[in-house]
Amino acid sequence: MSKKHLPLWEVFIRSRSGLAHKHCGSVHAADAEMALQAARDVYTRRGEGNSIWVVQSSAIVASDPSDKDELFEPAMSKIYRHPTFYEVPDEVGHM
Amino acid sequence: MATTSISFTETPLLNLVLRRADDALILGHRLSKWCGHAPMVEEDIALANIALDLIGQARSLYDYAARIDDSGFTEDHFAYRRDEHQYRNCLLVEQPNGDFAATVVRQVLFSAFMDLYWRETMKSRDETLAAIAAKAEKETAYHLRHSGEWLIRLGDGTDESHARAQEALDELWAYTGELFETDETERAVIESGVTPDVGSRQESWQKRIEPILREATLKIPSAPFMHTGGRSGRHSEHLGYILADLQYLQRAHPEAVW
Repeated sequence: MSKKHLPLWEVFIRSRSGLAHKHCGSVHAADAEMALQAARDVYTRRGEGNSIWVVQSSAIVASDPSDKDELFEPAMSKIYRHPTFYEVPDEVGHM
Repeated sequence: MATTSISFTETPLLNLVLRRADDALILGHRLSKWCGHAPMVEEDIALANIALDLIGQARSLYDYAARIDDSGFTEDHFAYRRDEHQYRNCLLVEQPNGDFAATVVRQVLFSAFMDLYWRETMKSRDETLAAIAAKAEKETAYHLRHSGEWLIRLGDGTDESHARAQEALDELWAYTGELFETDETERAVIESGVTPDVGSRQESWQKRIEPILREATLKIPSAPFMHTGGRSGRHSEHLGYILADLQYLQRAHPEAVW
């Protein structure tokens, strides 16, 4: 018997109050419709969200962990890029 | 030990509510048996979700049954303290889980029926039933979508999945006639606007099923014989085993609580 594995899909859920879809896990499914249903059944059973995205994991282009230093290290020393040197006037209120 | 079955007067309304409640409980129990055994973890959770929807519907309905009866029984008495012949579920829901194809076919046939039923019952003159229907309809619509999509993939899948799905359909089709039977008791609640006349809905049901079966490349069997009897308490051999399993604890330790 040939043992074929179903494709893996990444699941993104937008919570009731959230604006963006957030990655919450993955499911195995034969196709997009079944992936959507599996995501609904596995990741929204406690009322976690009101919108689901699924995307086949193979469609995601990821950075190589071994490139970590050249990609991310140079930003570490640029603290001036953080907007922490500004005084926010009280009138602006909560930002 | 007080393990006797309850006795009560079965008015047409109570009989109707028990038909719906027993369908939901028995199928919910059947599906719960897949927990930990489904073909894949995603489906394991999906089937458990459906089982929980059904058991939730059963609870609301038994609770209503207890209020209609009004002699001090609770939802638990109706679930745990009635014998086989007092159960009013259709024979379809008590059929064994079989392989995954059989479970899926049973779910499609039943959910297509219940989806129509709940949608129409939202307009019931009985406010409690209308409220239960409004909640159950959304759940049932998803049960049909989920099982329908699976059936399409099994039927139009490999030679083996097609053969198994067709075999399940051939076997279970003979239990669908009963869904559309009405008797004198039910006619009383049909005439008073409490429940839709299921007798005239077989065509709409078949119209829901046909596109799914067509896409699944499955053929509706020509079944000259239709099983019947569940609504009046004449069940297949399976229900006794289900109840033995389901009721054991409450029969052995009446009123036991968690």
